[in-house]
Amino acid sequence: MAHFDENAKPFSHKWMNERLAVDTLKRVLSTEYWIPKNINFLWAMGMVLAATFGVLLVSGIFLLMYYQPNTQLAFDSVNYTIMSEVGYGWLWRHVHGVGASVVFLIIYIHMFTGIYYGSYKKGRELIWLSGMLLFVLFSAEAFSGYMLPWGQMSYWAGMVITNLFSGGSLHADGLVEWIRGDYVPGQAFLNRFFMLHVLLVPLAIIGVIVLHFGTLRIPHVNNQDGEEFDFEEAAELYKAGKVKESKVIPFSPVFLSKDVFVMGIYFIFFFYLVFYHFEFAMDPVNFDPANGLKTPTHIYPEWYFLWSYEILRPFSTNVGLIAFAIAQVIFFTLPFMDRSPNVAPASRRGAFKYWFWALLIDMIVLTFMGKLPPQGIWSTVGLIAALTFMGLWILLPIITSKEKKL
Amino acid sequence: MKELKIFGIVAIFTLVLYWGVEPFAHSQMHKHVEGHGLVYDGKADIEETVKDKKAMKTAFWADVKKIAALKGDPVAGEATYAMCAGCHMEGAANMGGVTPPSLEHAGAIYDKNFLIALIKDPAIATNVDHKYPNGTIAHPMGSVTTMVTTPQDIANVVAYLKAKKAGEVTPKEAYTEACGRCHANRYGHLTQLGEIPKTKSNIKTGQDIDALKYKEKVATEQAALADYLGTLPPDLSIMIRARSEHFLHTFIENPQSTLPGTAMPRTGLNKEGMEKVFAYLEKTGDPSKPLREETGPKVLIFFLIFAFLAFLWKKSMWKGHH
Repeated sequence: MAHFDENAKPFSHKWMNERLAVDTLKRVLSTEYWIPKNINFLWAMGMVLAATFGVLLVSGIFLLMYYQPNTQLAFDSVNYTIMSEVGYGWLWRHVHGVGASVVFLIIYIHMFTGIYYGSYKKGRELIWLSGMLLFVLFSAEAFSGYMLPWGQMSYWAGMVITNLFSGGSLHADGLVEWIRGDYVPGQAFLNRFFMLHVLLVPLAIIGVIVLHFGTLRIPHVNNQDGEEFDFEEAAELYKAGKVKESKVIPFSPVFLSKDVFVMGIYFIFFFYLVFYHFEFAMDPVNFDPANGLKTPTHIYPEWYFLWSYEILRPFSTNVGLIAFAIAQVIFFTLPFMDRSPNVAPASRRGAFKYWFWALLIDMIVLTFMGKLPPQGIWSTVGLIAALTFMGLWILLPIITSKEKKL
Repeated sequence: MKELKIFGIVAIFTLVLYWGVEPFAHSQMHKHVEGHGLVYDGKADIEETVKDKKAMKTAFWADVKKIAALKGDPVAGEATYAMCAGCHMEGAANMGGVTPPSLEHAGAIYDKNFLIALIKDPAIATNVDHKYPNGTIAHPMGSVTTMVTTPQDIANVVAYLKAKKAGEVTPKEAYTEACGRCHANRYGHLTQLGEIPKTKSNIKTGQDIDALKYKEKVATEQAALADYLGTLPPDLSIMIRARSEHFLHTFIENPQSTLPGTAMPRTGLNKEGMEKVFAYLEKTGDPSKPLREETGPKVLIFFLIFAFLAFLWKKSMWKGHH
């Protein structure tokens, strides 16, 4: 058994140290957790995401106190009780709604930063994979949450997305009914998506966030030049007071001070949206109560799902479903599809540079087309963009294996 | 500076993305309908109508213009109005599917030309004549065409409405008179029969018999409405958030131009009437607006100060690092 000083006052520094090793924890987790110095504000997106998740969690807890997971009451519990009877209920709801949309903007920025700087390679594969797992979990969380107000878009999006599981020509209608708990979205459906949204998925998200942080520890955070250096050596230099010469900074307080500044700017943007521009995150169609006899003229997902929706849409049912399934998982394969040994910004990687921008622009085009009605020229553009997306992923291993070593 | 350049690229892509999924997508998804500035001269009706009705409608609205030029006599109008008051009264019963509205503020909230047209021929004025292939007489207000017939009589009644039924009107009154007989507003505690009465439940049984009786009355009224209109008109509690302001404005002005074939009649609201109705829709559909506008600047100022202090902290922490 360890030695405990009997004279140490309860909860004094020494007392805590003997029981919880607080000094060691602090050192390992913050003051001597080394981050490269050669970074820009995009490196703060992780903390911005953590903060946004926190905001979603807190606002969600407040909403949970008044929300009614009942097909008869859900709509009015959100739109009447929370919006007009609960003090500042409208604020929590708008924060939650805007947060759910903005969190995906930051996730995409975070992802494309990783792709641009090659931060998924050479020992950093698990960072990428756990991050992609978080993307999938956040998608599930967003979708399940979208069901809860039980408006027209909740109902019909629920109908369309669960229908995908019938697998086209496979006609797995039994599976669809099993997922819904009914022939059409109803009480059983709402209840289980409520459970997923407030318990199972958030629990999984918290777990994978811890894993995501854990995967960073050994390979360390990448830097703006993809430079490999000895972190121990740089850390020694820093500790010796040569902060200018050292290539690292401690997580706390140096890296954190920049994160907090970026968060400050971010929250100005965030609350500007919450107070003055929340409509983009709250589709008007969803302010009509769910009605199984009235299909809305246009059914479309929230903006962050549009690109993959558009990969589903331009093809025939079976081909579309296969393309859609591939699009959902293709990003997981990035560390293995990229055959180049170089960890460097895309701008220095020859053909990959064009691949990166082509992918980004193609996904934006897909996003635009995913919302537009699939008619005339829009269908053609959507089809070309979907084929381009597939083509880009086929090209990736070819162009990267030909890449010259830097 | 490199970091600002990166920020600029991120910002540009974000804005392009926003433009594509919001303003651009919505401009492509919905037919754009021009409003006509609450002028009721039948221009849109004549354009939209079937070929063999064009001449009839042109003549109708030309007559309306002529009547509008006549000088109405409110005193004579009051005598004629007695015929109107037989149906348009407090506690009126449902007539052919719909309950006649109160006209207490008709002079204030409805347009003069529209009122003239309405008395002359309610089906054509409200632009739902396609619903009455057997003529306006089948319209619940069709009998007016046999009661107030001469141009001077019409001018007199309208002059009376404009003089005596034009007092100060609250948003709720304007909404109830113009929309409330067909559209419930549950967040405003309104049914098609008006304000939901306060009732008490029996303490021993826990049942509220008066409330149940009222519910039955509402259900009967709604069934009559649904039979007449083909569908139960939607509850308007949060319609202000379900449709854009432009959509609501042009739709109320002339429902047929936005939703051809709809059973919804034109209501003929003037500027004041429209403003009052919107004020009420906003009150039930977006009640947090005043507090939101009050809280917004405070929160933004907090984060401006927060960001500034964080910047100073960052600067002091990174001192000597470069």
